[in-house]
Amino acid sequence: MSELLTNGTVWALLGVALAVSLSGCGSAYGVGIAGQAAAGVVTEDPGKFAKVLIMQLLPGTQGIYGLLVAFVTLSRIGILGGTQPDVVTGLLTLAACLPIAIVGLVSGIHQGKTSAAAIGIVAKKPDQFAKAMLFPAMVETYAILALLISIIAIFSI
Amino acid sequence: MSKTQYTYAVARIRALEVSLFSASVIEQLLACRDYDSCLRFLQEKGWGGDAAPDADRILAREEQKIWETVREMHVDLSVFNVLYYPNWFHNLKAAVKAVCTGRENGNIFYKETPVSGDEMMRIIKERDYRALPVNMQKAAEEAVETLLHSGDGQLCDIIIDRACMEAIREAGRLAEDSVIKDYAEETVAITNIKIGIRAARTAKSLEFMKRAMTPCERINVDRLAQAALSGEDTFIEYLSGNGYSEAAEALKESLSAFERWCDNRIIEIIKPQKMNPFSVGPLVAYVIARENEIKTVRIILTCRQNGLSTEAIRERIREMYV
Repeated sequence: MSELLTNGTVWALLGVALAVSLSGCGSAYGVGIAGQAAAGVVTEDPGKFAKVLIMQLLPGTQGIYGLLVAFVTLSRIGILGGTQPDVVTGLLTLAACLPIAIVGLVSGIHQGKTSAAAIGIVAKKPDQFAKAMLFPAMVETYAILALLISIIAIFSI
Repeated sequence: MSKTQYTYAVARIRALEVSLFSASVIEQLLACRDYDSCLRFLQEKGWGGDAAPDADRILAREEQKIWETVREMHVDLSVFNVLYYPNWFHNLKAAVKAVCTGRENGNIFYKETPVSGDEMMRIIKERDYRALPVNMQKAAEEAVETLLHSGDGQLCDIIIDRACMEAIREAGRLAEDSVIKDYAEETVAITNIKIGIRAARTAKSLEFMKRAMTPCERINVDRLAQAALSGEDTFIEYLSGNGYSEAAEALKESLSAFERWCDNRIIEIIKPQKMNPFSVGPLVAYVIARENEIKTVRIILTCRQNGLSTEAIRERIREMYV
């Protein structure tokens, strides 16, 4: 057990796992809830399929950001490339992965809810599509900020 | 049920709200010069589907569509009970009167109720009150006994109507969604006002009013009954000073203006649901809005059929949800 705790790769992989799984969960929830709303609109008006599909996809980006951070990390900890980290570097890598993991989860959920609400706008006023898309896009800002910090931190270790 | 579980249903409702009649569509309907052109206009708007060009059939088909839509949402239908208690209790009242007076007529029952008309007749005939929903049992027994012993149809009505209002109030109290709570409270308060104004005009006793009115949070029924006992002017004055000044103004105008205010008041309560993306509120609001729309169209058609002027019809037009 103590061998595992002193292995830097274990900590770094924990960071990778959190980045992918938490941001993925956020996106899954977000895309799911927006998908329910999209399905509701398309049931009554199939002509709005393309517009509501774009809305549904917006909360899916957090999962992609998590995946990006995971790939970058894997390429630096001796799995896809780079060198095996010591325990301090492993813990630092875990810390670097946390912003996208946590913000990805929370922002994915909230972006999904905002997308579902924005789909309501498209349902009633399809000409207001651009404005409707801005509301869920605002949530995206914080996922991008978290991605930026995670990437900078990983490259700076 | 989590609020987000209604996401699909609410989005579908948003798409359906586009086809609800707005005030401008109602104006277009009003602009139709005669009854037949009104029917043609409704059919052009997709009303009635394949139903024959007959007002009753078109409106019946539209009412049927409300339930079809709600069922397709796959949500807990019990949240809509609060809207349909008046229909359930109407069936009870009709069955009690039919059985106690021996005059049976098959066309007096609402459909889409948990106890069908035939079953309701059987229950009352056999005094099998336990087969009724719990909130109907006591009222059914009391109404039957009262009608058989006193022959007083009005008293029978009061017992059942009061039980209906108590059921609505209780449904509102137990509801998680604010729109159902508000709807229930306002419906009970408005019904109390209606009882009060009628009692004031027909000089009913205080005991009668207390028996008919249902205590609620929005209006003090004891004071309301006292005001009604003192006459119509005092009653209207009481309403003005107790948060119902618009109702008072409508009553000063006419009873039909008051009836219109009652319906408009409910529409005002549900209007915020247009901005609610989750929860059951928008679904409940849609059902109320559809019924209000059908009621308004029925008023227009009836008035046109009876040759009323456009201005006279406009006075009776309800406010639209969209």
